Amino acid sequence: MTSELIRKTAAELAELIHSKQVSAVEVAQAHLDRIAEVDGTIHAFLHVAADEALKSAALVDEALAAGSEPASPLAGVPLALKDVFTTIDMPTTAGSKILEGWRPPYDATVTKKLRAAGITILGKTNMDEFAMGSSTEYSAYGPTRNPWDLDRVPGGSGGGSAAALAAFEAPLAIGTDTGGSIRQPAAFTGTVGVKPTYGGVSRYGLIACASSLDQGGPCARTVLDAALLHEVIGGHDPLDSTSIDQPVPAVVDAVRQGASGDLSGVRVGVVRELTGEGYQAGVQAAFDAAVQQLEKLGADVVEVSCPTFPTGIAAYYLILPSEVSSNLARFDAMRYGLRVDQGSSAEEVMAATRESGFGPEVKRRIMLGTYALSAGYYDAYYGQAQKVRTLIARDFAAAFEQADVLVSPTAPTTAFPLGDKLDDPLSMYLNDLATIPTNLAGTAALSVPCGLADGLPTGLQVMAPAMGEAVMYRVAAAYEAARGPAPTPEVTA
Amino acid sequence: MSADPGATGPTLGRDEVAHLARLARLAVTEDELDLFARQLDSIIEWVAKVGEIAAADVPPTSHAVPLQNVFRPDELRPGLTQEQALAGAPASQDGRFRVPRILGEEQ
Repeated sequence: MTSELIRKTAAELAELIHSKQVSAVEVAQAHLDRIAEVDGTIHAFLHVAADEALKSAALVDEALAAGSEPASPLAGVPLALKDVFTTIDMPTTAGSKILEGWRPPYDATVTKKLRAAGITILGKTNMDEFAMGSSTEYSAYGPTRNPWDLDRVPGGSGGGSAAALAAFEAPLAIGTDTGGSIRQPAAFTGTVGVKPTYGGVSRYGLIACASSLDQGGPCARTVLDAALLHEVIGGHDPLDSTSIDQPVPAVVDAVRQGASGDLSGVRVGVVRELTGEGYQAGVQAAFDAAVQQLEKLGADVVEVSCPTFPTGIAAYYLILPSEVSSNLARFDAMRYGLRVDQGSSAEEVMAATRESGFGPEVKRRIMLGTYALSAGYYDAYYGQAQKVRTLIARDFAAAFEQADVLVSPTAPTTAFPLGDKLDDPLSMYLNDLATIPTNLAGTAALSVPCGLADGLPTGLQVMAPAMGEAVMYRVAAAYEAARGPAPTPEVTA
Repeated sequence: MSADPGATGPTLGRDEVAHLARLARLAVTEDELDLFARQLDSIIEWVAKVGEIAAADVPPTSHAVPLQNVFRPDELRPGLTQEQALAGAPASQDGRFRVPRILGEEQ
């Protein structure tokens, strides 16, 4: 029974639970058993909350037994939560030693919404420290392994959430995407990951990396499951002043429309600057086949040009570290988290604590940001990067005149071997070239599995204008239906 | 800092990194100074290509979503209790955060 339940989609599990054919407790237990079986190998989780998960599932079963309607379409379905969202009943580390053992005094809005929807939170997933990284190797608690090949990375920063899905440890997960941290791991693990419009999902209780870029979003194994979760976590939150005060786009309806397989009248733009040179041949071939598939479904495929995109990554690695250097100043060893009592003044204790509590990538980015913002360099670096950001938004605006959605490969390569880029930060950064423009512009994008290259998964990225999620989900669902079931990895303990 | 973005040679040396680390309150080690100087120098050289884009007349974007000030009604609402706020503190005393000396000896 366990092996059957863990392979079902969230939508299927919800139907079984809500029709009382299977209890939410059984479903939670099946996934907890799977975690116990394989997570010693995969290391997707930093914390497993078995007791809390079973308790939460039992409440769903009790309510259903008493004749209540399910609290949401996903009530009773288990989920893996990236360890960057605060949870009052579980430790929250953001993958950093500086927060080891910290118990937040409040729940993030996303956490609250999951609980209110009756979703079973299985535990917290591994990530690059403070979401800085593209491989999950910068976690202070050791790397996560890719279920497709244990010697390869699952992508990052949300490698734990993506690997949990691919290894059937959870049917749903939450990630955050600052420069591709939901989409690139989705591509590397053959799962679905969605970066909503900036402001579409509350950032309250999301430990900040770069505030103008960070966005939480849904991860799943199917487009429909991602849409169901998107509608649970999305929406305006008075506690996040940057959250958009508009209704959540009707993405579940859009998926159902897309699954019928007709894309006539939908204009799909292939971004010239996000193909060709620098992309692994197999990744390019899988992408080209996906574009042909979209054409067969009736979409009008056009080529569009976004000339500033190739400079986006340079702008991003100035803007992001600048915001990081400011945001991470809050880790001052005074109010919460680690304190290393070395030296006699607050300043010495602070410096010793941050030296000991932060890993190398976090230190690099803090210093890079400190440099980019320092007097004499501000205009040449941070100021100029902000202008490039404007030009990227203009590129998107012009492209969306010609096309309803834009497409590209999600990442230039398939999953790379563990350790491959660890000592070469710049080559790690270049992995984000196709995902970063969306974050800089605050628009929406997702990654859907689009076949294997050399035996490893690849992702098709679908990008949409701000609050244009419906058409993006529609295109992804149509492609997914035409593609057929995605291959899955064999994972044994 | 003496570095000049247009000059040849490394933009960022050991001394500059030590200065940045001090500003950022990071007590980096001697070994890290060498490593970070090398890595940061190559990253900065690379991100400097933002300067190749002609953007003199382009307004900067600090935030992707155009927003006016967002206000909430000035009403009392529940917050953390003193106990909750202090629960994660490395040290507390008499219901307050206990911190190391913040002023120099002579101050």
